[in-house]
Amino acid sequence: MSHFSMIEARPLPGKKNRSISWRSREGRSVIYQIVAILSVLALVGLLVSNTLSNMRLRGIQSGYDFLFQPFGFDISETLIEYAPNSTYLVAFLIGMLNTLKVALIGIALATLLGVLVGVGRFSANFLVRKICYGYVEFFRNVPVYLQLLIWYLVFTEALPDFDKAWTLGNFYLSKNGVSFPWPVWQMGQTLALLGAALGGVFAIYYRRKAKAHFDQTGQTRPVWGVSMAVTLALAVLGWLLGGAPSEWNLPKVGDFQIEDGGVFSPEFMALLCGLVFYTASFIAEVVRSGIASVSLGQHEASASLGLTKSQSMRLVVLPQALRVIIPPLTSQYLNLTKNSSLAVAIGYPELVSIANTTLNQTGRAIEALSIVMLVYLTLSLITSALMNWFNASAAIQER
Amino acid sequence: MKKHAQTVIGAVLATAGLFAGTSAMAGKTLDQIKQRGQVVCGVNTGLAGFSAADSSGNWSGLDVDHCRAVAAAVLSDASKVKYVPLTAQQRFTALQSGEVDVLARNTTNTLNRDGSLGLHFIGANYYDGQGFMVPKGKITSAKQLKGATVCVQSGTTTEKNLTDFSRANKLNLKPVVFEKVEAATGAYFSGRCQAYTTDASGLASVRAKEAKDPAAHVVLSDLISKEPLGPMVRRGDDEWFAINKWVLSGLVEAEEYGITQANVEQMKSSDNPQVGRLLGATEDLGKHLGLDKEWLTRAIKTTGNYGEMFERNVGPKTAINLPRGLNNQWNKGGLMYASPLR
Repeated sequence: MSHFSMIEARPLPGKKNRSISWRSREGRSVIYQIVAILSVLALVGLLVSNTLSNMRLRGIQSGYDFLFQPFGFDISETLIEYAPNSTYLVAFLIGMLNTLKVALIGIALATLLGVLVGVGRFSANFLVRKICYGYVEFFRNVPVYLQLLIWYLVFTEALPDFDKAWTLGNFYLSKNGVSFPWPVWQMGQTLALLGAALGGVFAIYYRRKAKAHFDQTGQTRPVWGVSMAVTLALAVLGWLLGGAPSEWNLPKVGDFQIEDGGVFSPEFMALLCGLVFYTASFIAEVVRSGIASVSLGQHEASASLGLTKSQSMRLVVLPQALRVIIPPLTSQYLNLTKNSSLAVAIGYPELVSIANTTLNQTGRAIEALSIVMLVYLTLSLITSALMNWFNASAAIQER
Repeated sequence: MKKHAQTVIGAVLATAGLFAGTSAMAGKTLDQIKQRGQVVCGVNTGLAGFSAADSSGNWSGLDVDHCRAVAAAVLSDASKVKYVPLTAQQRFTALQSGEVDVLARNTTNTLNRDGSLGLHFIGANYYDGQGFMVPKGKITSAKQLKGATVCVQSGTTTEKNLTDFSRANKLNLKPVVFEKVEAATGAYFSGRCQAYTTDASGLASVRAKEAKDPAAHVVLSDLISKEPLGPMVRRGDDEWFAINKWVLSGLVEAEEYGITQANVEQMKSSDNPQVGRLLGATEDLGKHLGLDKEWLTRAIKTTGNYGEMFERNVGPKTAINLPRGLNNQWNKGGLMYASPLR
């Protein structure tokens, strides 16, 4: 609190003044901090009690009991099944999963595109360099809300009706969105996924072994090739063990839309495109600044050691660039997740959209919004924690 | 240092003072309105026939007429209304918090809203039902929409009605929910949805005003719900509730007795004792409401009787072209039945 605590005098050895008095600097700073905390608490308490008493006076009901009543409206896109008597809690869960769906796919695609564009700005090719530059300047300078509306117009106005859909084999593209074949889920698919996961665990183990081997002998091993081969083999093995199911759920033209199969709705596609293209422009800048921060001498030194261009990038430049890239990258991931709430404008049933409907059906405005805040806060904190962990593993390890 | 501490404590107290004031209950609505010289009225952001502003910012519509009639009754000047356009989601909070005095925004009365939102419905100014608009062609009944995608605006009773209808008839309808009505109708007109659903009056309004070619769209005759639409006020001020209720009833009763905007002055000398009572010529009913005896006369001069309001805003001669139907007088086959003003 006190301005004077900014530059602490070094305490005299062996002599500690523990008395708390108004005249001692430590004493004052403790008192200021207590006053500050108490006044913040008092302010919060006042706001809460004021809100509650106002609501009581106006006969507005409050409380979270509505979460256990059936929600009674349909949600067009869900990752989990719900019954007619499912509760509002389930509705919020569906909304949260829809938010997660677009956030996770969005983060993966935005990272991919952002890295490509960011690296592209160092390309020796004039055209590639300028296109990447133009991309960044266009997408990061147009408000993301407008971009979403434009994408939605593209997906609804520009595409053909469902009965005149553009088709490629069993893939359909129309005002109905993108329809694609989807396997009929059986034991085989579950086992295949399990096999792939086992392969992933093996890959991590093998990478460590190879690194230890390299440190000892200086010989490299084909980590990527072996990991991919083992993962694929285990997945196929799982699929075979599960009876090798090969039944597909194929989309077909129905009365009002493309039915069956897997589908990405136009709302989802518009939201995904809007968020990915917008966020990727920022990620590209983050990546560019990261690479630019590694001094030219590092490139030259690795070249003089006889490393190839890709080895130099992978083993020397990128590990150093990552330290600059990761912290701002985390912010971009958080932004993408939070920007997904703009989807209410284009009808994608994510968390805020569900909360809006709930709010109107039940009249519990403060409660519904507090749940939305809590969910976003939790998601953001989890993302931050994961990225901090990743950051720590990429940080300089001093020996 | 001491000065620093004083500033901190002073700031805390000042902030506390700011919030302490708001917990007291607002004074009587009518007194406030008289003091500020304006009725603050929450209306739709734009629904032709109910509440919509023209290019020069003048509001008109059935709901707007309620506000004007009330302003004429309590302030003797129909122009003293401040219109606050509200989305479906903002509307109840705006009324609860006292931002508006009356909410005239084609709002359905339901038990849930009455009971848990702290609001009072003053009576229906339009009996409606939820319907569907579809492109003209193969669909002639809502029950043919099996598996169809339907565009809806969020924050309305519409979503729940749609689901109830879908489940009862095993139609598996897929709602696409938009925050703004313009986005919902836009998606429907772009072909994203096979149908657009809202109250039938709203469908007629959208078809007349928003469609590029109104003839290319039809409003299906099936109505899937009851939607009594009307103005609402906050709980806790019975006097203000009564004024709104009796202005609405008075205009309906005026139609029943043939009192119109044009003949209201001549009617004061009518032989019918009830007409004399209504217009304050023989008896002073206004005093029971805290108003003068001319209150209803001024309201009728402003908006005309209920029938005139209907014809001018949404009736068959307007672009919206809604039949009188349920909104006719009780003695002509409709539901408009005003409690007697006596």
